[in-house]
Amino acid sequence: MRKRKFNVKEIPAKTAGEIDDRFQVATPLRGILNKVFPDHWTFLLGEIALFSFIILLLTGTFLALFFDPSMQEVNYQGSYLPLRDVHMSRAYETSLNLSFDVRGGLIMRQMHHWAALLFMAAIVIHMARIFFTGAFRKPRELNWIIGMLMFWLGFTEGFAGYSLPDDALSGTGLRIASAIMLSIPVIGSWVTASLFGGEFPGEIILSRLYILHVFLLPLILLTLITVHVGLVIVQKHTQWAGPGRTNHNVVGERWFPRYVIKQGGFFMVVFGLIALMGGLFQINPIWLFGPYEAAVVSAGSQPDWYVMFLDGSTRLMPAWEIRIWGYTIPPLFWPTVVLPGILSTVPMLYPFIEARLTKDKGHHNLLQRPRDMPERTGLGAAGIAFYLVLAFSGGNDIIADKFDISLNAMTWAGRIGLLIVPPIAYYLARRISLGLQQHDREVLAHGVETGIIKLLPNGQYVEVHQPLAPVDDHGHGELPYVGWTVPKKMNRLGALGPALRGFFKPIEEPVKPRSNGAKPAEISEKEKEKV
Amino acid sequence: MLTRSPAARKVTAALRMLAALVLAGGIYTLISPSAQATAPLSAAAQEGKALYDTSCISCHGNNAQGVEGRGPSLLGVGSAAVEFQVETGRMPAARQEAQIERKQPLFDDAEARQLGAYIQELGGGPEIPFAGQTAPAGDIANGGKLFRVNCSSCHAFSGGGGALSSGKYAPTLELSTDRQLYAAMLTGPQNMPVFGDNQLTPEEKYDIISYVQNLKSDVDPGGWGLGRFGPVTEGLAIFLFGMVALAFAALWIAGKS
Ligand code: HEC
Ligand code: HEC
Ligand code: HEM
Repeated sequence: MRKRKFNVKEIPAKTAGEIDDRFQVATPLRGILNKVFPDHWTFLLGEIALFSFIILLLTGTFLALFFDPSMQEVNYQGSYLPLRDVHMSRAYETSLNLSFDVRGGLIMRQMHHWAALLFMAAIVIHMARIFFTGAFRKPRELNWIIGMLMFWLGFTEGFAGYSLPDDALSGTGLRIASAIMLSIPVIGSWVTASLFGGEFPGEIILSRLYILHVFLLPLILLTLITVHVGLVIVQKHTQWAGPGRTNHNVVGERWFPRYVIKQGGFFMVVFGLIALMGGLFQINPIWLFGPYEAAVVSAGSQPDWYVMFLDGSTRLMPAWEIRIWGYTIPPLFWPTVVLPGILSTVPMLYPFIEARLTKDKGHHNLLQRPRDMPERTGLGAAGIAFYLVLAFSGGNDIIADKFDISLNAMTWAGRIGLLIVPPIAYYLARRISLGLQQHDREVLAHGVETGIIKLLPNGQYVEVHQPLAPVDDHGHGELPYVGWTVPKKMNRLGALGPALRGFFKPIEEPVKPRSNGAKPAEISEKEKEKV
Repeated sequence: MLTRSPAARKVTAALRMLAALVLAGGIYTLISPSAQATAPLSAAAQEGKALYDTSCISCHGNNAQGVEGRGPSLLGVGSAAVEFQVETGRMPAARQEAQIERKQPLFDDAEARQLGAYIQELGGGPEIPFAGQTAPAGDIANGGKLFRVNCSSCHAFSGGGGALSSGKYAPTLELSTDRQLYAAMLTGPQNMPVFGDNQLTPEEKYDIISYVQNLKSDVDPGGWGLGRFGPVTEGLAIFLFGMVALAFAALWIAGKS
């Protein structure tokens, strides 16, 4: 009998061939595997958000196994002694059990919460990157809008999660939410009553938030993330301008294998960081807050950081009550309904507004450096300043207490700051952008400063400049300004990236200078004598 | 029947009124504090008086009568208030500010009790019911309930304190002893309300004390507590630690191309 030849090396190719024969996947797969992604660290910010979301799904599923969103009253008999025999809701009891009686429950709760904070932080920083580099311009307006939507969905998702354990802080937050809804003219009381199933707190709100939190919102978020990432693949990634990079190509690394390996590694880093924080830093210690009771409002009751700016706007709002057509509009309405209303819609339209104002209808795949769009950079800085003043005002009682400042002084500082800090930030950012641009232009015209000072016969000192390109009679170059990095030091000439690759230490050998046959030692001796 | 003139009626009424006033006044002087003040002072109170006359008299005046514009009368504040103020270093006060703060005490606890004895014998008032340093053990869980309802609005759920209006604040309870906690509740120093025995019975006060002391000795099960300030420090941590660490990781990964 002939022994069948069995070649192990052929298995992968053969299997792949068999699969392709049936499913015809080779061509599309090749396209995907060969997709090129540009490399810049700021392009990884969105990934942090994506990875945190995955971790939220994983840890959240664990929590859901033990959590019961019921408001039924129980008598706590668990192992946290300071709450023994205290009456509380079943939701709070199961959250305590997760913290003290379920093995690994506490670290899961803490990882879930840190991941939630990180998710929102990464979204915001990612959004800032997109804004300042103009990555939202045509054709990517839709992805900008999706990003904004995801921020507000994450905001709602986080708020719902924060409310689930039914501790004193959750309850205080929900109470404020119900007051906010009540402040809406005409429909306020109807909205509140239908959401809470009657008066606050009612019996039903936790189950509703639970469905939102573990099912509806994650599902919508997941869909949006898929569309978002899908669009990045279809529309291709933007890239920084530079040699060889045009509006019509992408310079970078293939998706497979290097990019995938890097992403896998980065996922592990994010996972590791969240696990580290979940294990080392206590977050949301619900057992200290106690169960929610209407009579309890602790000092230092704050929402999570991403909600804090609304708390801040509420604290800064003067107590102006307005009566129109027989309806009273409480002061709460402006900072918590009108303001977020504006903040959630106007920024979504920003790509169109900017295109209108700059009369720019073009297709853009190259990013802009913040300095090249001073107005936009200024606007972004003003927006960040606005947000920060509000966010810090949200924690103003803690700041007042820990830094020995009067709380009233903090409130007034916040009110005045809200009006004057954003314009100042606008002005400064714009000036700095223009200044940096100016310097680039100077270098293009006169060359790089060499550090060599010449004494002219008439006693004047001048610095010798190394022109970047051939110059005319006056020593002026003719290089156009294109918004790329301009070398500013002699050893950066001709090398736009760092001369040696590597981040912490060089990962390649420096090129040895060629010795033209002569012994290097002798040359250096002779050189020394000459000098 | 003899009818009196209206004038005569007025005179008898006035006489009766006078008699009543004299009687009431006589009873008052018999039981009033000033009557006690003339009683001889105990040994401890005499020591206290000596301390008082050197350190407190400038503001609180002779015989604790108070000095207009400098310090209130201490008659009737009781030994609890004195011990609290002196043990926490608030008294003798240094300068006028929005709120007289806790500082390194000038007197030791024994001297504080002597001062307390002096003011007590001078004018009476609330006293700390237990003699030792530690309060009788209470029910921690009940204390937690009472603490959250009565105290957390100012001192925060963690007892870490919080800001009140106009530069005033509720201090942290980190350093408070059992006696100071009891005295603070009983006497309501400065901007803190008084929690008299009809609001919180002594047993309930012991419960609160047990809870607060347990809160302080309780290790944070979740790791480093970030000062137990709540979401403010958590938000700072995610940016200053989390995002910064990941930005470096991103720089490193993108740099390895
Ligand atoms: C620099 C002036 C000053 C000195 C010295 C001073 N005090 Fe006072 N003391 C005050 C003032 C002012 C207050 C009122 C504080 C408040 O309630 O706002 C006060 C309040 C008090 C109270 C609280 C009264 C209450 O109603 O509860 C006590 C008790 C007291 N002092 C005891 C003392 C003792 C004992 C000393 C000496 C060791 C002393 N003080 C020294 C200024 C002073
Ligand atoms: C309205 C706000 C408020 C409430 C409610 C309140 N406190 Fe205070 N508490 C204060 C203020 C203000 C001070 C500072 C007083 C001072 O410096 O003389 C203080 C001081 C104290 C101190 C002294 C701390 C130190 O620095 O020596 C203790 C102990 C204390 N409180 C315990 C309690 C307890 C226990 C409760 C609940 C039964 C409570 N407080 C409720 C406002 C409050
Ligand atoms: C974008 C996604 C998400 C965000 C921002 C988020 C945020 C939060 C927050 C802030 C809490 C309070 C945590 C605490 O107790 O300290 C929470 C609780 C919870 N989350 Fe999420 N979450 C997300 C996704 C999910 C998912 C996908 C699930 C389940 C499938 C889930 C299940 C839960 C459960 C069961 C709780 C209550 C647990 C407890 O605190 O005892 N979450 N969430």
